[in-house]
Amino acid sequence: MKTVYCRPKCMKEAHFHYCPGCGHGVITRLIAEVVDEMELRDKTICVAPAGCGMLLYNYFDIDTIESAHGRGAAVATGIKRVRPENLVFSYQGDGDLAAIGTAEGFHAANRGELISVIFVNNGVYGMTGGQMAPTTMLEQVTTTSPAGRDSVLQGHPVKICEVYATLDGTSYLERVAVNKPAAIIKTKKAIAKAFRHQQQKTGFSLVEILSPCPTNWKMSPLDSCRWVDDVMTKVFPLGLIKETKKC
Amino acid sequence: MSGNSAVGEAAVLAGCTAYFGYPITPQNELTEHMAKRIVEVPGGVFIQSESEIAAINMVLGASAAGARAMTSSSGPGISLKQEGISYLAADELPAVIVNMMRGGPGMGNISPAQSDYLQATRGGGHGDYRTIVLAPASVQEAADLVYVAFDLADTYRNPVVILGDGMLGQMMEPVTFTTAAPRKEYPKEYVLSGASGRPSRMIRSLLFDTKEEEEHNWKLFRKYQLMEHNEVRYETFLLDDADMAVLAYGIAARIAKGAIKRLRQEGLKVGLIRPITLWPFPMKIIQETAKQLGDFFVFEMSTGQMIEDVKLALEGKGHIHFYGRPGGVIPTPVELSRIIARHCYQSQRSKKR
Repeated sequence: MKTVYCRPKCMKEAHFHYCPGCGHGVITRLIAEVVDEMELRDKTICVAPAGCGMLLYNYFDIDTIESAHGRGAAVATGIKRVRPENLVFSYQGDGDLAAIGTAEGFHAANRGELISVIFVNNGVYGMTGGQMAPTTMLEQVTTTSPAGRDSVLQGHPVKICEVYATLDGTSYLERVAVNKPAAIIKTKKAIAKAFRHQQQKTGFSLVEILSPCPTNWKMSPLDSCRWVDDVMTKVFPLGLIKETKKC
Repeated sequence: MSGNSAVGEAAVLAGCTAYFGYPITPQNELTEHMAKRIVEVPGGVFIQSESEIAAINMVLGASAAGARAMTSSSGPGISLKQEGISYLAADELPAVIVNMMRGGPGMGNISPAQSDYLQATRGGGHGDYRTIVLAPASVQEAADLVYVAFDLADTYRNPVVILGDGMLGQMMEPVTFTTAAPRKEYPKEYVLSGASGRPSRMIRSLLFDTKEEEEHNWKLFRKYQLMEHNEVRYETFLLDDADMAVLAYGIAARIAKGAIKRLRQEGLKVGLIRPITLWPFPMKIIQETAKQLGDFFVFEMSTGQMIEDVKLALEGKGHIHFYGRPGGVIPTPVELSRIIARHCYQSQRSKKR
C-alpha cells in the first residue's frame, strides 16, 4: 500500500489550537512538509513570534525559540550569524512584522541577513481579539476601527513585500495565499524557494502569505477564503515581487 | 587604555564571540573596539544594530545559539534593552550587558552619573527577575570583572550587568589582561543547533498555565537566592578602627577613597565599604559594621538610590548620612572630604551632648 498523506516527520503529535478555518494550521503544516522534503530537520532553527503563531514550538519537532513581539528578525539574525550552517527562519504575523517589528524586519532585510521570514498577513491582530493591524483593509471593521479603517486617521495598508523590494539586501520576495488548494501548492513552493535562497546565500528571503481569519473577520471559513480573493488580493496582489537569482 | 576599550578587549579574551551595539555616548569606544577586534576571532560576530531593542534581541538569539554574547549602552539605551533583558532572564539565557551610566532621566546628558542603580538592581524590565550587577571602580577592575561577568552568566544562565559610568568608560589607565586559567566548560544542553541526533529543543517563556508560571518564578527565585548566598562581593578600606563607614560604589568609591585619605590625615577615623556586587547587595558586612560603629555615610552620584539598600541592610539601626551629586556632576575628593568631616564633627558633638 502506498502512503499518500501522513503527519510530516518534523511535526509533533499535537492538536492545533488554531480556530476553525484559520490559515495558520495550513502554513504550519506546509513549512513542516518543506523541512521534511528538503531533509532540513536536523539543521533548522525556528523563531516563533508573539501572536497566534506563538505556540509553533508545540507543533514543530525542530529547535525553536520564542521571540518577543516584533523581534523575530533580530533574534533570527543573532542565531544565524553565530550558526551560519543552520537554516534559520522566523514566523511572524502582520502586527509583529509590519508594526512593532518594522525596524527589526526592515534592517535585517537591508543587511541581507541570510534568514527567511514567513510573514502571515491576515489583516488583523488575531490573538488579542481582532484589533486593526497595519495591513487591515480600508473600510474594514475591526475592534479598534469600529467605523471601518479610515485612511485619514489610520493610514493605509502596509505592503511589506513592495517596501522590502526596494532594499538591495533582499533576494526573494513572493506573496502567496492559503485560501484554496492551488494557492496552497504555490505557497509550499514559495516556502521551499525561500529556504533554497537562504541555502544558496543569495540574501534575505520572505514569503508573505495572505491567510484567512474567520473568527476576527466575523465570517464563515468559506466566506473568508472568498474574501482573500475578492478583497485582499486587490490591495496585496499575489505573485513574485522580487527574485535576484533563480533558485 | 580607556575603560570602554578595556571592557571590550577583556570580553574578547573571555571568549565573547558575539557583540551587538548601537551608538550612544559615553560608551562608543566599546562598540568601536568590538568592531575592530571581535572579527579577528574565529566566528566573531559584530553588528551595529538598528536600535538598542534589536541589539539585545540579537544577543538573545546569539546566546540561544551558544555564543558568549554581549551588548553595551548607556542609560537611555539601557531602558530600551529592558524588554530583552527580561526575556533573557525568563529564558535562562546567559548574556553580559554593560551600562556606562550618564546623567538622567530622559535625555539627561553625557556626563558620568550613577542614576541607574535602581533600574539595574531591581531587574529593570517587566516581571519577577533579578540580574547580577557588578560595579567596577577602575579600568583594571572593569577588565577583571568582565571575565567574572561571563562566568557568572554561564554559571547561573542569567544576564549579568556591568554597571560603570561615563568616567570609568572614558578615562585612560594602565591595564593588564589576564588570560589566566582556561575557561571552564559550561553545560550547553539548552543551546539550539538544529535537532541532529537528539530530540528537538525549545526556548520559551510563555507559560499559559499559571501553576507552571508560578513554579518557573519560584525556580528563578531559588536561583537568585543561590546568587545572594554565593556571589556577594565587596571591598573594605580602613574600616577596622573606623567611627564612620562611607558607603559608595564605582567611581564614587574612588572619590570617597581620596576623601578618606585626607580625613585620616585630619585624624578622623573614617573607613569605606565598597559594594562590588550591587545585586546581590553586601548586606552582611554592613550589618556586622553596625555592631562596631553607628554612623554610615552614603555617597552616590545620584539623589540617593543605593541608600535604600543600606537602609534595608541596617534595619533601622545606626544613623545614615547622605551626600549625592546627580546630573553628571563629579565632586572632587576635597569637596567630599569637607562634607564628610562636617558630618563627623556634628555626629561627635551630638554624641557628647
